[in-house]
Amino acid sequence: MFYREAGDFKTSYVADSQTFPLKLDKVGFWVTMMVAWGVIPFVITDYWASALLVPFLIYAIAAIGLNILTGYCGQVSLGTGGFMAVGAYACYKLMTSFPDVNILIHILLSGGITAAVGTAFGLPSLRIKGFYLAVATLAAQFFLVWLFNKVSWFYNYSASGQINAPERLVAGFAVTGPASPAWAQYLVCLFFVTLCALIARNLTRGSVGRSWMAIRDMDIAAEIIGVNPLRAKLSAFAVSSFFVGIAGALFFAVYLGAVEVGEAFGIQKSFLVLFMIIIGGLGSIFGSFAGAAFLVLLPVALKIVGVDWLGWPTDLVAHFQLVIVGALIMFFLIKEPHGLAHIWGLAKEKLRRWPFPY
Amino acid sequence: MMLENQTLAPSDGYVTADGRQIGGVMMDLRNITLRFGGVEAIKDISFDIREGEIRAIIGPNGAGKSSMLNVISGFYVPQEGEVWFNGAKRPPTKPYQVARQGIARTFQNIALFEGMSVLDNVMTGRLRQMSSGLFSQALWWGKAQTEEVENRAAVERIIDFLEIQSIRKTPVGRLPYGLKKRVELARALAAEPHLLLLDEPMAGMNVEEKEDMSRFILDVNDEFGTTIALIEHDMGVVMDLSDRVVVMDYGRKIGDGTPEEVRNNEAVIDAYLGVSHD
Ligand SMILES: Nc1ncnc2c1ncn2[C@@H]1O[C@H](COP(=O)(O)OP(=O)(O)OP(=O)(O)O)[C@@H](O)[C@H]1O
Ligand SMILES: [Mg+2]
Repeated sequence: MFYREAGDFKTSYVADSQTFPLKLDKVGFWVTMMVAWGVIPFVITDYWASALLVPFLIYAIAAIGLNILTGYCGQVSLGTGGFMAVGAYACYKLMTSFPDVNILIHILLSGGITAAVGTAFGLPSLRIKGFYLAVATLAAQFFLVWLFNKVSWFYNYSASGQINAPERLVAGFAVTGPASPAWAQYLVCLFFVTLCALIARNLTRGSVGRSWMAIRDMDIAAEIIGVNPLRAKLSAFAVSSFFVGIAGALFFAVYLGAVEVGEAFGIQKSFLVLFMIIIGGLGSIFGSFAGAAFLVLLPVALKIVGVDWLGWPTDLVAHFQLVIVGALIMFFLIKEPHGLAHIWGLAKEKLRRWPFPY
Repeated sequence: MMLENQTLAPSDGYVTADGRQIGGVMMDLRNITLRFGGVEAIKDISFDIREGEIRAIIGPNGAGKSSMLNVISGFYVPQEGEVWFNGAKRPPTKPYQVARQGIARTFQNIALFEGMSVLDNVMTGRLRQMSSGLFSQALWWGKAQTEEVENRAAVERIIDFLEIQSIRKTPVGRLPYGLKKRVELARALAAEPHLLLLDEPMAGMNVEEKEDMSRFILDVNDEFGTTIALIEHDMGVVMDLSDRVVVMDYGRKIGDGTPEEVRNNEAVIDAYLGVSHD
């Protein structure tokens, strides 16, 4: 009933192009931020952090990254896992080579290194598109995993071939390593999610974002209109990989602590993040969050319902999960390419007009 | 009349019947030949477009008209011939660079960005006026912000001019055909081009929509002084709008002059009324 535009007139173009045009959306956003920053850190438990919140935040960053590339710029990528691995190994090498530098800076730098690598692997996109580009990024995925397995310099010649995150402090509190408390892990991830979402939002509302979308919608017309395709595509690869690299660094250093590349950053990871943006909504930052939340929650919810309540065997529930995800992907691809974000938008539209149907 | 192409020196201008001052040569196409494999789409064609002029390109289907615009846009590179723009021979130039030099266009088959709103489509037309970098935009700080507001204001003036205020926020995919054509014109105008290329801007429109579009084209030329080259099949429209007409047939130029001259040209009458091509 209060979800209205009434009396909410825009008097300038600045006001008209703001992120949340409706007052209630804005209030909702700030309430979410206050809960995320001011409440959850005080009540978070180890279980909530490791099962839900930390992976949700990290996948949200990865999903925003892939959404920039695929949802906004229309370049399909199956290399997300490989690029997360680049972020993870960059972070590991930086942490062990420069132990005195703040971990937050290392994570940012890992994003930067991944951006450079991602841009290089984006070069084929200047020549090929669609299915062929997807295959090229798939090749990048396998190459990167192979590289981090093969070249022992990347894992500091450790016998196991694994990388382990040493303990690092921020403001006196451990955020990596086995002793880091749940709330500290959560806050680091929340910080980077906030940063990445803000950057993504800014980029997608200006001329850079419009260039990406123009390339996505009609690349030839875009070029004749004045979009430099080289710049648009490579900047999308760079920005996307920056986010994905940060996600990889956090996944390794903060969340898992120890990583074997094929296991943590294999092709399944590429598909998982791709499914997140398909379910959440291509070309939507909100959708990236929704998709990440959904696919992080789903296995947990299924386990509670299937195993704990109904007493089904674990492997049956795991198979059931695959079936559900597969069905959902088909549903969203065919019926709702703009995903949960669009469904949410439609619901709001209805609410806005309620109780009048027109 | 002295409007016959060959009799004008490049620097001369002329005054139209309705008193508009036409300037010197802005775009000069010299002996353009364009081949696709064995097919010669354009055969040794020369013509020019003068500052402030409305120049029509007409001809039967497959004559090579769209190909000619694509040559001007830099999308096709002719095998032979030279493109002179603003008094200088143009080196090989990428389409987006051509656009940034102030040549904007619309397409025969609407080429809007379907997933974007009308406003975003039109804003995309202003890329050549926007120069803030990735970092400034990522932080939405300094130039990125001021630039966005300034260009938004300019775009709003074009939206008002073309009377599409009410569909500003609509995704273009939902618009009817006639409005899409208008939004495409808005996107081209947003660039504040020196030269505007229109490929069949009125194709598929009803009489009323055609009248609106004709009025907009005349207003653009009149109010902004924009030079316009347009391809159009509707002869009535061509005769009303254009100052000079190039006629193409099978990739050749078969006529060039004022609408009256062209109308009375033997070869042109043959091309249109004689043997049908298909
Ligand atoms: N990319 C291309 N590859 C091969 N042939 C082409 C290409 N573009 C145009 N052609 C050929 O060049 C010739 C001229 O085509 P063009 O589209 O320029 O004609 P047009 O005068 O615009 O016709 P219409 O009135 O039907 O739009 C045609 O025979 C067409 O088949
Ligand atoms: Mg054509």
